[in-house]
Amino acid sequence: MLPVSYYVGLSAVLFTIGALGVLIRRNAIIIFMSVELMLNAANLAFVAFARAHQALSGQVFVFFVITVAAAEVAVGLALIVAIFRTKHNIDVDQLSSMKG
Amino acid sequence: MILSEIATSGPNFFYLAPWLVFIPLIGMLTNLLIGKRLGEKAIGGIASTASGLTFVVAVLLALSLRAYPEGTTVPFADWITIGELQLRWAFRVDTLSTTMMLVVSGVGTLIHIYAIGYMHEDVRYKNDPGRFRRFFVYLNLFIAAMMILVSGDNYLMLFVGWEGVGLCSFLLIGFWYEMDTLGRPSTANAMAAKKAFVANRVGDFGFLLAVLTMFWVFKSVQFTDVFASAQQIAESNPGAILAITLFMLLGVAGKSAQIPLYVWLPDAMAGPTPVSALIHAATMVTAGVYLVARTAPLYVLVPQAQATVALVGGLTALFAATIAVGQYDIKKVLAYSTISQLGFMVAAVGMGAFVAGMFHLITHAFFKALLFLSAGSVILGVERGHHHAAHHDGHEDDHAETFDPGDMRNMGGMRKTMPVTFWLYLIGALALAGIFPLAGFWSKDEILAEATALNFTVYILLAIAAFFTAFYMGRQIWMVFFGKPRHEAAAHAEESPPVMTIPLMVLAALSLLGGALNLPGVETLAHWIERTFETFGVKLHPAEFNLNVAITSTVLALVAIFLSWLLYGRKPLTDGQPDPLKRILGPLFTGMENKWWIDELYWAVILNPYIALARFFADVIDWRFWHDWFHDTVIAGTYQWLSKTALNVWADQRGIDAFANGLGNTTKALAQRLRGLQTGFVRNYALSVFIGVIVILGYLILQ
Repeated sequence: MLPVSYYVGLSAVLFTIGALGVLIRRNAIIIFMSVELMLNAANLAFVAFARAHQALSGQVFVFFVITVAAAEVAVGLALIVAIFRTKHNIDVDQLSSMKG
Repeated sequence: MILSEIATSGPNFFYLAPWLVFIPLIGMLTNLLIGKRLGEKAIGGIASTASGLTFVVAVLLALSLRAYPEGTTVPFADWITIGELQLRWAFRVDTLSTTMMLVVSGVGTLIHIYAIGYMHEDVRYKNDPGRFRRFFVYLNLFIAAMMILVSGDNYLMLFVGWEGVGLCSFLLIGFWYEMDTLGRPSTANAMAAKKAFVANRVGDFGFLLAVLTMFWVFKSVQFTDVFASAQQIAESNPGAILAITLFMLLGVAGKSAQIPLYVWLPDAMAGPTPVSALIHAATMVTAGVYLVARTAPLYVLVPQAQATVALVGGLTALFAATIAVGQYDIKKVLAYSTISQLGFMVAAVGMGAFVAGMFHLITHAFFKALLFLSAGSVILGVERGHHHAAHHDGHEDDHAETFDPGDMRNMGGMRKTMPVTFWLYLIGALALAGIFPLAGFWSKDEILAEATALNFTVYILLAIAAFFTAFYMGRQIWMVFFGKPRHEAAAHAEESPPVMTIPLMVLAALSLLGGALNLPGVETLAHWIERTFETFGVKLHPAEFNLNVAITSTVLALVAIFLSWLLYGRKPLTDGQPDPLKRILGPLFTGMENKWWIDELYWAVILNPYIALARFFADVIDWRFWHDWFHDTVIAGTYQWLSKTALNVWADQRGIDAFANGLGNTTKALAQRLRGLQTGFVRNYALSVFIGVIVILGYLILQ
C-alpha cells in the first residue's frame, strides 16, 4: 500500500496548480475549474487521511464538499452566464468597476 | 320705653337677615339674565321690588328688635379658618345696624323708582335697553354690598361690603364712561370714576391697616370679641388702639369724603343723578360715619383719636361749605354740601355724640336724596325745555354743543315752569338749612348742642358751616327758581312725570317729619340706638336740648338766607352777569369758585411729583438703566460675547468642530490611501487571501 505522503504530495501538487490557476488565469471558467481542482485536492487529502486513520468522518466530509461544490458550480455558472450577457466577455480583469 | 315693654315676646324674624343680601342679588341676577328681553318697565320694576323687599326684611328685623332689643347675630356660613383666625359669615342684627338697613333700603327703594323715570329721559340714554338694565343691575348690586357692609358681624365682612360699594360707586360714576356729563364723547366720566376709585383706595388702605392691626392686637376682628377685650387692651397697649382708630379715620376720610380725601366726591357727580342721590349722598358715603359709630367702644377709649376725628369732621364741614358757595353747577353745590354735612356727622360721632351723628345721617339721607333727585328733575326739566326751544328754533346742533342743563346760570324763574319740583326742592333746602321744624333742624341742632358740651372748637366750626349751608342753599333757590329765566331752556322747562315726583314727595314728607324720630324729650332714636352701645359698655352722653344753641343756629340760618336774598333774590341775576358775591368778597370768592385750588394743589404736590417720579422710574431706571444698559448691554452683551466668541469660536469652532473635522479629515486621508487596495481585480483579492492563509498557517506552524 502506498504511504499516505504520496497522496498528500499529489494533493499538494493539485492544490498548488489550482491556486496558481486562480491567480494567473483571467478566464472565469478556467478560474472556476481551478477552484474545483483545489477542492478536489482537499478531498483527496481528506480521503487519504481517512483511509490512513481508518476514520469515516473524513469520507463523510468529502461528500459534503462534493455536494457544496455542485451547488457552487450551479451558482457560479449562472453568474458567469449573467456576466457574459451584460459584458459579452468573461475576462475577470474586465470586471473592475468596484475599483476604489 | 313702652313699646318694648309690651312686646317682650313678639315675633322673631331674625332668621330673615341673610335675605337682606340675597334679595337684591336675586333682583340683580334676574335682570342680568333675562332683563334684556323684558323692557324698561319690567327691569325697573324687578330692581325696585328687590329693593322694596329688602326694606320689608329690614322692617321685620326692626320689629323683632322691639321684642328682643339686645339684638342678635345670625350665623350663616363659616368663612375663613386659618390658624388663629376664625371668621364666619354672620349677620349682626342690632339697633345700630338695623337703622342703617332701614335707611339704605328705604331711601334706596324710592331712588330705584325715581330712576325708572330718570334714566328713561336722560339725554345720554338713547333708548339702549342694555344700558338701562345695566344701571339697575348695578343699583341692586350696590344695595346688596351696602347690606353686607352694615350687617357684617366682623370687620372683614364690613370690609367686603365696603369694597363692594366702592366698586359700585366706581361703576356708576363712570356709567356713561364714553362721554362727559353733557353727552359729548370724552373720557371725563371715566376719569372721574378713576379718581373716586383711587382716592377711595387710599382710604381703604387705611381701613385695611386698621383691621390688620386689630387682628394683630386682639387676635380677632369680630365686633363682640374686639369690644369685649377693648378695655383690657387699652390698659396694656393704648398705642395700638390709637393706631387702629387713626388708621380707621383714614378709611372714613376716603369713604365719607373728609379732608384730605374728599376731592373725589364732587367729581363723582359725573354719575347719573339717582346715583349721586343714593350712593354719593344718602348711603355709601355715610358708611364712614357708621364705621365710627360701630367702633365706638374703641373710640371712647382714646380721646386723642376722638378729638382728631371731630376736628377733621368740623374742618371738612366748614371747608366744603365755603366751596359750595362758589359753585355754579346745581349738583356740584349739593356735592360740596354733602361733604360738609358728612363733616357734621363725622364730627358728631368723633366727639362721642353717636346718636346725634346717626340722627343726622338719617335725616340727611332723606333731605339730601330729596335735593339730589329734585336737582335731577330740574336738570331733566331744563333739558326738555332746551329740546323744546331748539326744536322750535331749528338750530339744534350749535346749541347741543355748549348748553349745560346743570348750570344754575342757565336757570332762573323755574318755580313757574316746574312748580312741584320747586316745592319739593324748597322743602329739601329748608331742611338742609336747618329751619324749624324740618328734619335738618333737629338733627343738626342736636349735633351743635352736643358740640357745645363736648368740643367747643368744633362747635364754632360747625356753627359757621351751618351759616354757610343756609347761605348756599338760599343762593341756589334764588338762582334756580326765582327771577327771570336766563336761558330759553329754563323758560320752556317742563315738569317731570309722576314716577319721579311721587318718590320725591315721600322723601319730602320724611324731610318734613324726620325730626320726629328723635325729638328732644322723647328721644325715640336715642333710646333705640342706645341699646347697642350699652351692649358694648359704651355710656352715651345724655343728649340735652340747648335752647340757646337752637336759637343761635336758627338766627344764623335766617340771617344767611336773608343775605342770600339780598344778593341773589332782590335783584336776580341776569344772563352773563358775574356772581354778585364776587364784587364783595373779591379774591375770596375766586377761591371758593375754584375750590380753593385743592385739586391743583394735589396735582402740584402729589400727582405731578408722583408722575415725574413714575416717569423717572419708567424712563431712566427701567428703560435706560434696566432695559438699555442692564439688559441690552450687560446681559445681552455678555450673552453675545459668550455665544459669539467663547462658545462659537472657542468651544465650538476650535474645539468641537476641529475634533469632528479632524476625525473626518483623518478618515478621509486614510481612506484615500486605503482605496488603492481595492483594485477591482478579483485575482488580486485572491492573492491577498492566499498570502493571508499562508501567513496564518505559517504562524500556526511556527509558533
